[in-house]
Amino acid sequence: MKVLTANRLSDGIAVWYADGGWAETVSRADIAHDKAAEDRLEAIGAAAAANNEVVDVNLIDVTVINGVVEPVRLREKIRAAGPTIRTDIGKQASPAPARAA
Amino acid sequence: MYRYDEFDHDFVKARVAEFSDQVQRRLAGEITEDQFRPLRLMNGVYLQLHAYMLRIAVPYGTLNSRQLRMLGHIARKYDKGYGHFTTRQNIQFNWPALSDIPAILADLASVEMHAIQTSGNCIRNVTADHFAGAAADEVADPRPYAEILRQWSSVHPEFSYLPRKFKIAVTGAERDRAAIQTHDIGLHLKKNAAGELGFAVYVGGGQGRTPMVAKKIRDFLPEAELLSYCTAILRVYNLYGRRDNKYKARIKILVHETGVEEITRQIEAEWQELKDAELKLPDADIQAINAYFAPPALPDRPEGDAQVKQARLDSKSFSEWLDQNVITHRHPDYAAVTISLKGIGEVPGDASDSQMEAVADIAEKYAFDELRVSHEQNLILPHVARADLKAVHDALVEIDLATANSNLISDIISCPGLDYCALATARSIPVAQEISRRFASLERQREIGELKLKISGCINACGHHHVGHIGILGVEKKGSELYQVTLGGSADENTSVGEIIGRGFSSEEITDAIEQIVDTYLGLRLNPSERFIDAYRRVGPAPFKEALYAGETKAA
Repeated sequence: MKVLTANRLSDGIAVWYADGGWAETVSRADIAHDKAAEDRLEAIGAAAAANNEVVDVNLIDVTVINGVVEPVRLREKIRAAGPTIRTDIGKQASPAPARAA
Repeated sequence: MYRYDEFDHDFVKARVAEFSDQVQRRLAGEITEDQFRPLRLMNGVYLQLHAYMLRIAVPYGTLNSRQLRMLGHIARKYDKGYGHFTTRQNIQFNWPALSDIPAILADLASVEMHAIQTSGNCIRNVTADHFAGAAADEVADPRPYAEILRQWSSVHPEFSYLPRKFKIAVTGAERDRAAIQTHDIGLHLKKNAAGELGFAVYVGGGQGRTPMVAKKIRDFLPEAELLSYCTAILRVYNLYGRRDNKYKARIKILVHETGVEEITRQIEAEWQELKDAELKLPDADIQAINAYFAPPALPDRPEGDAQVKQARLDSKSFSEWLDQNVITHRHPDYAAVTISLKGIGEVPGDASDSQMEAVADIAEKYAFDELRVSHEQNLILPHVARADLKAVHDALVEIDLATANSNLISDIISCPGLDYCALATARSIPVAQEISRRFASLERQREIGELKLKISGCINACGHHHVGHIGILGVEKKGSELYQVTLGGSADENTSVGEIIGRGFSSEEITDAIEQIVDTYLGLRLNPSERFIDAYRRVGPAPFKEALYAGETKAA
């Protein structure tokens, strides 16, 4: 299973492709279950990069735990949450998942 | 300290305008990321895990209080209320929006600061002994020469697209506090038998995946030939340095592959063409730059001795701080103070906006408005009257920056690691924090004595692990963090690269392993004055391997 992630051009904040836009949290990201879906996400990512919405676009491995998307690799877990040493900052500090277009 | 002249002001202002325009064009979609990336890197803007990162140059680590206050302002207004001081005497902000960077650079320019050449394959910020201008053992202040190198290397047309980045460090004392032998060029400012100033020149040091100790290629270079000789070195490197493989592109590889004798011959031959010509520094120019670094007038304050003696009796914590964080100044009534950014369990090198502002106030009130950033990620007040030490200590206590651990095991150098860095393979800060907490007792730390512990979160070695007495390298193995330990490194005048002691440790095991190494050292040292590094050099790795791995059937 994979999801599409990038950093937003204007502020560099990590974002994940969800529901036709770029969300600031990974939890509801669109999941690709097969190669065809991965290709579709990659094409969306390439178009968004070409359209100067995001930079550094990547497909990353995820699992779903209790209906919530979670990255597999530690690097991506940290991107999704924020620095492990400062739980008062980053996405983990927000009480509710923020959504952004 | 150095003050911008009209040319400097115009140059930095023009660069801010140029980069602001580039940012606007990028945000408007007029230039692509591929076109923009090299432009943003030339201006210190990286993209990290969570956001952009801005690295700001602190030339040779020297700051005044107005500048530090501005860094605090930037932390508060554009970032998340803190900054991270780095092993190259710079500061990084971890969360700036790209759209705010033009405003940040304009704010920086207003206090004579910028982010130019803090990235890219160019000559980076020249670093220097953080006690420059204050240390009792100094022959001469290395910073004027660092400033001359800064002016020469800023947008140098010939050296803006080198095979790889290039780092220069300068020290003015026999005791090397600037780690010059781990730099591409290391310069040791000294006097010859005739009393003239010049440099011992080292070339080809570096860390990363191929650590090398620099080789001395000249014992004495007259000061006037600083730029002609550095130009000769850079020319040979620019011509012959490898561009086919970025991991083999640093000058250390060229020196290694060419051989010291041959590369010295090439550099000297190039220099013969350059010496005694236009790059020769006129004495008047050296004097003019030196004048900027004239030490503050330090009035005699002989009352300090009695006051310090009394304060020691009154306060144990002051006494400990005095022993650990205060060093002898060239003026007997003064001292140089290390402000530890390594509070127990804190993030090494981080300071909050309010701490930066408070330290700026202290520097203004008690330290002639001078501050330094050390490559060991601490702040320095280079000139404090001994009579004011108690007041400075008490002010630092107020802002939680009076930890008396300079040069002790909790004074850890750590890179940002996987908590921030896009290149990292493992976290380094949490390891530093856990070790710091394990050894929280100052009494225990003092019993252990001087111990330089350095942690990197990837093979690029920004945390200087190769030259730690104890070095820790975090890697990713089978999806988990694994920490490899090296022993016996050092970054002083007897620079050495540490040796890997054996198989790595998990994040759960690493602090126990460090404690075991320390206990082994305590058990075998000849006496308390035999430092860890001295004991390691005497006994070698065997007792430490035995302590760490004896119970295992197979140590990899």
